[in-house]
Amino acid sequence: MKEKVLIIGGGIAGMEAARQLQALGCSPLLVEKEHGLGGHVARWHKLFPDMLSAESLVTELEAGLSGVTVYRHTEVKSINRLKDSYSVKLSNGENLVVRAVLLATGFRLFEAAKKEEYGYGVYDHVVTNADLEAWMNGFPDERMPEAPRAVGFVHCVGSRDIKAGNSQCSKVCCMTAVKQAIEMRERYPQAEVYCFYMDLRLFGKKYEDFYIGAQRDFGIHFIRGRVSEVGETIDGRVQVKAEDTLLGKPVKVILDLLVLMSGMVCNPSASALAPQLRLEIDSDGFLRSRDNVAGILESGRPGIFYAGACTGTKTVPETLAEARAAALRIYQYLQA
Amino acid sequence: MKDFGFTLSPSSAVSLDKVDSRLWHKLLETSPDAAVCISCGSCSASCPAARWSGMSIRKVLLALQRGQSVAPMLSCCMLCGKCTMVCPRGINTRKLILALCRICEKP
Ligand SMILES: Cc1cc2nc3c(=O)[nH]c(=O)nc-3n(C[C@H](O)[C@H](O)[C@H](O)COP(=O)(O)OP(=O)(O)OC[C@H]3O[C@@H](n4cnc5c(N)ncnc54)[C@H](O)[C@@H]3O)c2cc1C
Ligand code: SF4
Ligand code: SF4
Ligand code: SF4
Repeated sequence: MKEKVLIIGGGIAGMEAARQLQALGCSPLLVEKEHGLGGHVARWHKLFPDMLSAESLVTELEAGLSGVTVYRHTEVKSINRLKDSYSVKLSNGENLVVRAVLLATGFRLFEAAKKEEYGYGVYDHVVTNADLEAWMNGFPDERMPEAPRAVGFVHCVGSRDIKAGNSQCSKVCCMTAVKQAIEMRERYPQAEVYCFYMDLRLFGKKYEDFYIGAQRDFGIHFIRGRVSEVGETIDGRVQVKAEDTLLGKPVKVILDLLVLMSGMVCNPSASALAPQLRLEIDSDGFLRSRDNVAGILESGRPGIFYAGACTGTKTVPETLAEARAAALRIYQYLQA
Repeated sequence: MKDFGFTLSPSSAVSLDKVDSRLWHKLLETSPDAAVCISCGSCSASCPAARWSGMSIRKVLLALQRGQSVAPMLSCCMLCGKCTMVCPRGINTRKLILALCRICEKP
């Protein structure tokens, strides 16, 4: 009989792990609380570094799920350890017994409104990175200006911010800001685009090339300094103040649109599942792996594994690689 | 004017949307690489003129982008080219100074 494996979370991590487990001859059961699969990636427009269409990636992953049992709009109500398996109760009333569980619950975007000084939800033309992706995907947004003359990006919103409860760097948002800044320049060549950063963390393959292109080919202004204050002018534009720490002088600028690069924090529904399975939470709020060098996929509890952004910020290729590795790791666990 | 016992000094804040960047854009026409500077400071640290004159390519490039004056710094360069050797972005800084001097001569 095929061994059953429960996968919690139908983002790209859960989908890819399900496809691989199926190929390895197991029986994956994928549980997703929303209607659509793909998690956050399903909301993005184009993916760096190759500007791959996010929609086509999700479609491709979904096509790989034929034969996999997928529960949409479903959550795990309770989960209990039996002798060498887990008994699971789903919100749709079904009960399952599975040999292993993969947590692929992903992340949650930091709520930008918590940083009140940036005026999200207060001023007319302040949006987040996620709002901008949605708009690029064709969802109308009345906060978007008609023909902007100036657009600004604020890095590290809710990340590297002990006061906001997140000391960690969200890792992908510098690159997302550079990508979105270029996209805005392409759409509005007449607009000046400013990125306000603390450090530019462009660690991945081709990321630095994007940065060089943003400087040389797109004339994007990089200002090293954290935005201290955002206000609204009488005509409804956004005024931003910061210190240009390289120049050693305060700067201000009036913009038609301000984009806040909200960071990644742990998904609260993973934190809610953790006590039932006696899983530990790490100091950054994400699920704690056995270790962060060779044991990222391991929870430390028998039969429970992790993949993707539930253990920390990850890019798409990192998430997919982890999902494949987790499928193989679970397969080995089931063979043992 | 009536003496109130204090004076008001103008704000030192730079308004990015009102910056006069004509010189910067003129430079970019012939030296587009100037845009890829990352303000690392290698050029200034290696510059033999820096320690007595305050010359700094890093500061020149930044000042141009923020509409600040650069002429006093430029006049201190000896065109020795040490800065060009160390720039990690491969900017030909020596050539860039020459180009700037030419632009400043006949704007
Ligand atoms: C603005 C932004 C832009 C980005 N752009 C890029 C890019 O261009 N390139 C790139 O490489 N990376 C990018 N990333 C990173 C990318 O989004 C992540 O790598 C990816 O989303 C991680 O996938 P995941 O499956 O681990 O998590 P998620 O995408 O968060 O998916 C988790 C899924 O699990 C579900 N779930 C959670 N809890 C439960 C539960 N209890 N029960 C059932 N279901 C549950 C959720 O509904 C969701 O569908 C970007 C990130 C941000 C914030
Ligand atoms: S990736 Fe960049 S914007 Fe995001 S938290 Fe890190 S330093 Fe800040
Ligand atoms: S060329 Fe000029 S700026 Fe460069 S190191 Fe020599 S003196 Fe300094
Ligand atoms: S060495 Fe090059 S990159 Fe570094 S500050 Fe000087 S000009 Fe800029």
